Amino acid sequence: MEPIKIKPLRPREFKPSDVVVLALTALSTYSITWIVFHQLTLFSGALGFVVIWTLLFLGLYWLVNRQLFTRQVAIDRFVAALMTLGALLMFLPLVMVTSFVLIRGWNLLSAHVFVATQKGVSSLSDPGQAGVAHAIVGTLEQVGLAALIGVPAAVLTAIFINEIGGPFTKTVRVVVTAMSGTPAIVAGIFIYAVWIQAFHQGYSGFAGALALAVLLLPTVTRGTEEVLKIVHQDLREASIALAAPEWRTVWSVVLPTARSGLVTSILLGIAVSIGETAPLLMTVFGNKLMNSNPFSGPQAALPLLAYQQIKLPLQSEIDLGYTAALVLFLLVFTLFVLARIFAGGRLKGPSFARMRSRIVAAGLGATAMPDDLEANGDGTDFQNQQRPTGQEGELGRS
Amino acid sequence: MTVTDNSTQMWEERFAAIGGLDTMESSAGELVARDVHAWFGKRMVLEHVDLTMERHKVTALIGPSGCGKSTFLRILNRMHETIPGAQLAGAVELNGINIYDPRERAASARRHVGMVFQRPNPFPAMTIRENVLAGLRFNKVKGADADAVVEESLTKAGLWNEVKNRLAEPGGGLSGGQQQRLCIARGLAVRPSVLLMDEPCSALDPTSTRRIEQTIAEISQEVTVVIVTHNMQQAIRVSDHCAFFLAAENEPGCIVEAGSTEQIFGSPVDPRTDDYVNGRFG
Repeated sequence: MEPIKIKPLRPREFKPSDVVVLALTALSTYSITWIVFHQLTLFSGALGFVVIWTLLFLGLYWLVNRQLFTRQVAIDRFVAALMTLGALLMFLPLVMVTSFVLIRGWNLLSAHVFVATQKGVSSLSDPGQAGVAHAIVGTLEQVGLAALIGVPAAVLTAIFINEIGGPFTKTVRVVVTAMSGTPAIVAGIFIYAVWIQAFHQGYSGFAGALALAVLLLPTVTRGTEEVLKIVHQDLREASIALAAPEWRTVWSVVLPTARSGLVTSILLGIAVSIGETAPLLMTVFGNKLMNSNPFSGPQAALPLLAYQQIKLPLQSEIDLGYTAALVLFLLVFTLFVLARIFAGGRLKGPSFARMRSRIVAAGLGATAMPDDLEANGDGTDFQNQQRPTGQEGELGRS
Repeated sequence: MTVTDNSTQMWEERFAAIGGLDTMESSAGELVARDVHAWFGKRMVLEHVDLTMERHKVTALIGPSGCGKSTFLRILNRMHETIPGAQLAGAVELNGINIYDPRERAASARRHVGMVFQRPNPFPAMTIRENVLAGLRFNKVKGADADAVVEESLTKAGLWNEVKNRLAEPGGGLSGGQQQRLCIARGLAVRPSVLLMDEPCSALDPTSTRRIEQTIAEISQEVTVVIVTHNMQQAIRVSDHCAFFLAAENEPGCIVEAGSTEQIFGSPVDPRTDDYVNGRFG
């Protein structure tokens, strides 16, 4: 008897022939839509075209798969197409914002931009003369100081709420929640009123840092709190049972366990504050020249520069604003990558060593595993065993 | 947290004579619970518990769920007081020193009375080696030969041969049974006098359970072991002494009967013990 060829009920693979089916379906529905739009009716507009095309495509795609395969396959493919389109739709705004800034800011982007300031730049100057170095320095200093002030305060607040507790836990949490709703401009006005007016301090990067810290604090606190909540109670108990004092438990067990999440929430806070313009208007003020001292005198900042430049009339001035925005993009991206490399936990996620040993076991690589054989024979100094290996963090999250 | 004990004078004298926990030597110790009562808030969960856990012996605490075994175990190393609203009366003596003496720190008691939990809980952010050494690090023990401690503790816990080539890997990468033995090694590394185990095998498969039971038998050479278990067969296999806890509905738990394992399982005096060990209730 002929052996029966067993086929899976719900094939998961997507063969080249399926790609052809997909492409032809898309093409034919595009054609149908075109005929409907431009020959049969008086419809117009790109949005309507895309919507009708999408609906027709989904319908036809289901039908074609229904004809070629089973009902289950058709439903599978239909839902997969729907989900993919949904994902692309969500992805669209990100691509648009990024590409808009990239295209508009590309004109003036050169190595020169990173070293030059707006010193001596007037409306009549050559468009390539100006740079944003002063704003880069300003932003880095302001956000750096803000993080220096805000992050420890935020982490300590989260530790207070989650680890220590007490009668004020609820109050503190409510205050933090309220703070996260503070409009950015209010943070700026607050610092302007308290620091610059009441204490007779001038505009300075530090004043801006204070305003940014106000914004950064609630974000980092809430993020850290959520991350600390995830750390299993068992681990705290184990630590206490090993006679560790409370601060030890937090420092050596809870925080390292929550490390990658902690880094994420800190990055989130920095991301929130680095792009803020409103709080800087009344605290940093802006400056065309390089002022590398954050404690005295007005400073420039990338978001502030972008805001101020794009209001100006000349194309070269507007272009500089977009370049500042693009540089801000690049700066944030670089910071995030660096943070991931340095802070991605060495023991987080699927362990690099374990993944490697799996690869070795599969015979794909026959190299020795120096890390595994490495003796940590450093006596009683248990503190200094930091061994940053970024790849693990990257693999775990990207 | 106060200990209501009438014989404060006695503790004073004893403290003067033998010193506190911090000066105590690290060797297997005798643990004696005297008239222990415990509350969670206003609800009393343990009443009149007296029990002697002999040196180098394995004492099993058995009884149905909710009878206060685990609470009692946590009282033995002052973990009970970490729960909000928990209260206690009575005394727990380790080699004659009351661990609830006001002059003793909870950390000293926990250093001498280690604990292994129900679910294996190695620290995920640490390597196997760091896990073993965590207790020393937390207690700022200096001058110990770290490598020797790691090897010794892991050997005692029966894990050395399996992990000696991957001490730098995370503790979370081990199997459940290995993780539990790592936790035992972590507990042993600080050289406690007593090791408490709260249902250490309940999350493990039979093979891992057998390994842990072997480990328990081996480490009782070094330390006194107190183990909570729901498994009668396990109690018979590992313990020298047994204490049967029972709590009537809405009543605090107490020890119905305590004695050698042979006696508890062979010829129990109390009919309730007889019923329980023969599986007629619980």
